Amino acid sequence: MINLVWLVPCFPLLGFLLNGVGRRVFPKGVTGIIGCLTVLASFLISCGIFNAVRADGFTAQTVHLFDFISAGSLHLPFDFYVDQLTSLFLLIITGVGFLIHLYSTAYMHEESGEGFARYFAYLNLFVFSMLLLVLGANYVIMFIGWEGVGLCSYLLIGFWFKNADFTKAANKAFIMNRIGDLGFLIALFWMLQQFGTLTFTEVFPKAAGLGMHATVLTGITLLLFVGAAGKSAQIPLYTWLPDAMAGPTPVSALIHAATMVTAGVYMIARSNVLYTLAPATQWVVAVVGVLTAVFAASIALKQNDIKKVLAYSTVSQLGYMFLGLGVGAYTGAVFHVMTHAFFKALLFLGAGSVIHAMGGEQDMRKMGGLRGPMKITYITFLIACLAIAGIPPLSGFFSKDEILGQAFAASPLLYVVGLAGALMTAFYMFRALAMTFHGTFRGTEAQRHHLHESPPAMTLPLIVLALLAIAGGWVGIPEVLGGHHGLSAFLAPVFAPSQPFIVRHEAAHRTELLLMAIATALVIIMILWALRLFNRYKDDGKPFSGFARVLADKWYVDELYDAAVGRPLKSISGMLDRVVEKAGIDGLVNGVGRSVRWGSRQVRMIQTGQVGFYIFAMVVGMVILLVVGIFL
Amino acid sequence: MLTFLLILIPLLGGLITFGLKGNGARIWSLATALVTLALAATAGVAFRQDPSGLGLDVSWIRQLGSRFSIGLDGMGMMLVLLTAVTYVVIFLAALRHDYERPHHFYGLMLLTQAGLMGVFTAYDALLFYVCWELVLIPVYFLCSIWGGPRRIAVTFKFFVYTFFGSLLMLVGIIYLYFQTPGTHSFSWEAFTHLQLGAGEQQWLFWLFFVAFAIKMPVFPFHTWQPDTYEQAPTPVTMVLSAIMVKMGLFGIIRWVLPVLPQGVAHWSHLVILLSVIGIVYASCIAIVQTDLKRLFAYSSIAHMGLMCAAVFSGSEVGMQGVLVQMFNHGIIITGLWVVVEMLEQRLGTKAIGDMGGIALKAPRIAIAFMIICLGNVALPLTSGFVGEFMMFSGLYHYNGWMMAVAGLAIILGAVYILRMLQRVIFGDANSLTEKIKDIKTHEWLAVAVVIGLILFLGIYPKPLLELVGHTTQTLWALRG
Repeated sequence: MINLVWLVPCFPLLGFLLNGVGRRVFPKGVTGIIGCLTVLASFLISCGIFNAVRADGFTAQTVHLFDFISAGSLHLPFDFYVDQLTSLFLLIITGVGFLIHLYSTAYMHEESGEGFARYFAYLNLFVFSMLLLVLGANYVIMFIGWEGVGLCSYLLIGFWFKNADFTKAANKAFIMNRIGDLGFLIALFWMLQQFGTLTFTEVFPKAAGLGMHATVLTGITLLLFVGAAGKSAQIPLYTWLPDAMAGPTPVSALIHAATMVTAGVYMIARSNVLYTLAPATQWVVAVVGVLTAVFAASIALKQNDIKKVLAYSTVSQLGYMFLGLGVGAYTGAVFHVMTHAFFKALLFLGAGSVIHAMGGEQDMRKMGGLRGPMKITYITFLIACLAIAGIPPLSGFFSKDEILGQAFAASPLLYVVGLAGALMTAFYMFRALAMTFHGTFRGTEAQRHHLHESPPAMTLPLIVLALLAIAGGWVGIPEVLGGHHGLSAFLAPVFAPSQPFIVRHEAAHRTELLLMAIATALVIIMILWALRLFNRYKDDGKPFSGFARVLADKWYVDELYDAAVGRPLKSISGMLDRVVEKAGIDGLVNGVGRSVRWGSRQVRMIQTGQVGFYIFAMVVGMVILLVVGIFL
Repeated sequence: MLTFLLILIPLLGGLITFGLKGNGARIWSLATALVTLALAATAGVAFRQDPSGLGLDVSWIRQLGSRFSIGLDGMGMMLVLLTAVTYVVIFLAALRHDYERPHHFYGLMLLTQAGLMGVFTAYDALLFYVCWELVLIPVYFLCSIWGGPRRIAVTFKFFVYTFFGSLLMLVGIIYLYFQTPGTHSFSWEAFTHLQLGAGEQQWLFWLFFVAFAIKMPVFPFHTWQPDTYEQAPTPVTMVLSAIMVKMGLFGIIRWVLPVLPQGVAHWSHLVILLSVIGIVYASCIAIVQTDLKRLFAYSSIAHMGLMCAAVFSGSEVGMQGVLVQMFNHGIIITGLWVVVEMLEQRLGTKAIGDMGGIALKAPRIAIAFMIICLGNVALPLTSGFVGEFMMFSGLYHYNGWMMAVAGLAIILGAVYILRMLQRVIFGDANSLTEKIKDIKTHEWLAVAVVIGLILFLGIYPKPLLELVGHTTQTLWALRG
């Protein structure tokens, strides 16, 4: 079974090629079937692989495909690596991916046949790249997928390319990712110099040989983290993700919530040995993660665009995952990737269902009372809100609790900040829920007529994801609640190499229970407060003022970046072009040319045509030569 | 013999073209280019079997001890293939283009090709120098007759500048000639076995380096290039940017590294510093360009800077990267010019600000442009990535900080390419782009060759790596 793993990315690639080539001929039905079936096929094979991996006595396997780059001391095979972590990600990517493909067949039905095919081709290409990312057996193959998903994200954010704002958002996403990628690349070269290889199974033992606190490892892990911060939208490289909402909503669900943005988490979880050996980096990761979590949550409190709320929520949830990675809760972070994929995809698809019904409207101030006409969407959205807020026994509770619990053990301060973010999460999610679904409808009369529940191709994925958002956390019920954390046992071999170095912060069971109880109680209070404030929301048309304004304007970070980097880069470049290039260097070159011409004109004067002068000059020259010859 | 045919066929083909009329010249030159490509491919196959069997060595100027000595190593073979492929793409793309006096235009193009083949195969320094200059002459006429409105001044500058460099090189070659033992010789063999003092090598280095640096061009010797690319007719721009700039790198790898190793060791830090400055500098300037040709000219300067830096990094991986990138950059930049030419033909402009909505009105051109641009920003699985990764790796090996600064090009490259794409292919169509016609068959063929090579060599670069590995091994063996 494992040897068939190459088929997993192969199917979406095939789908991409078919839909790309046949985009003008295929009717939408064919396009949709190709798009969905290829991902479904990958999902089925992934299930088979997952089963094989779960079997007793399984050891991680490398599948060799072909030699990619081989020169001198550099040897980079195109290999896939299958272990527990990979197989879990395969399931998430293809499973959630399939649901979102299915959903898209209905959501995108208003596109032209060609646009529809282009959309599915890009989406399939994305799944292919994402699969490469998690399947690669060395950092270069991972990097291929890493940049590949960035490309697809760029193409899909700018899918409606007539709109200049959308293409600008696409550019921003690609460029910010590239900033991170530079860090990633430098880390690779450093690794190559240090270890002579980029293959996981060779790098990790060699790194373990260096022991704790090696400067090399701190440097490498920090640079890798720069890459992760770009891809997974962490401070300071997060600003592209909210803008990425310009893309179609299912894209936001798949790429900008469930899968691509978790690539950074995957990468660090994969490199867990390196990070465990570099505690200094781990602190950086934890602090950046928790700060991102609260910072983004604070912005989400005051957004009125439903997708913007979800976007900042995603940034914030990714922050939790990095907090988990930073405090050594690798399983917790991966666990949260999984549950987050379920409930955040559900939230986005729910939002998409709402936007679809509202005829493209995304402003929650113009919504309200949608729970009447859109029952399935409402119930599933509510489930997702409860899950993300962390109400037991829904999935988000277990994964977030695991991260916060370990954060507490590492440092109570991290816990307190993290908890503050979690409370804000509960508040902004239920604010969004209430503004959208509760109260009375605030849109136009035409919109009211248009309101309808979405077709089954859209509601079916909602229902499946809702079930997963409820039950997805049960694979990781902690011991203190009487479970035995199956996920932790499953992933144990992946994180085993870190175990000898990990500094265990174990909180007592009683403390754990107490923390859980406090968090849950506070979250419920926040939910009730949000509902109380926004259940009867009326749009008074007044803009935010004071601090609310700062939050609504996203702390002016975009403006800051533009002033600090964007505009200076442009003006320096302009200056280089006009002054240094044209006037300076080229001026010098032309000046040399001119002075040669001028000099020649002067020298020409000597040629007077008078023989007497020539003889005089000859004699002078001979005398000089004689003198030089005698005295030197 | 095969190697000799590679020079002879374009030479004869070019001479015959002068006598043809109208369409005949186009068809004939395309046929000649195809024959040359077939020959190059044959040579490639023969080279795989026996790398040493392709040489030809006959007496040429006996009085000077200069021989007509040609042959192929991995790098030479690669550049011969690049030249052959590029010419086919150029002639395909320009198949429907009406140049005045086409027989002269295409004839001169083919003569240039013959000269280029000579440069890449010469193993005699005098022969190398003669071919080096022979390339320049037809290009001079091509630019100054068929170029843009500022062609006379720009071409004159280009000619004088590069000729100045060549003369320095000639002085260097003659000096080395007199150092060879016995009845002097110009052969590569003799040059590489010279026992030169360190001080001697240090000043000799500059005689050669300036010539090659102007050709590449390396910062700050680059200012002739954007003007020339802008004013030259597009087929000539393609020859210049895809092949002729590689002559500079070729010269360094063939004639400087093995002949003046101590000179290289002494100056490599300065050269790498200049190159790295040039990479960032050119990338920044590319951001503010408003003309497509000038934008790609600066992009090309940045790419050449990286190649030059990697050559001097002294790393085997870096050197392999350079050799691979010489080919891939040639293909990618040719593809970019093909698209620019298509747009200019249809819209009558190459100003970025005047375009928009190409993806809407001519989606095939847009797709092709997008893929080639992705190659230009070195996206993985395009051919641009392979060489760039290896060159950065080599540069990192030399100095991590240098690599980090040069790496800014990865970000800046995305900035200028994406900004350009946004303005040119995305957005809504305007009155100018409203009626643009999509790609034609012969253009599609040209683009397909380019895209096919970009993807194939991006996914499976092994054949190319193996080919040029031959040269790297020779160089490292000479170093001992």
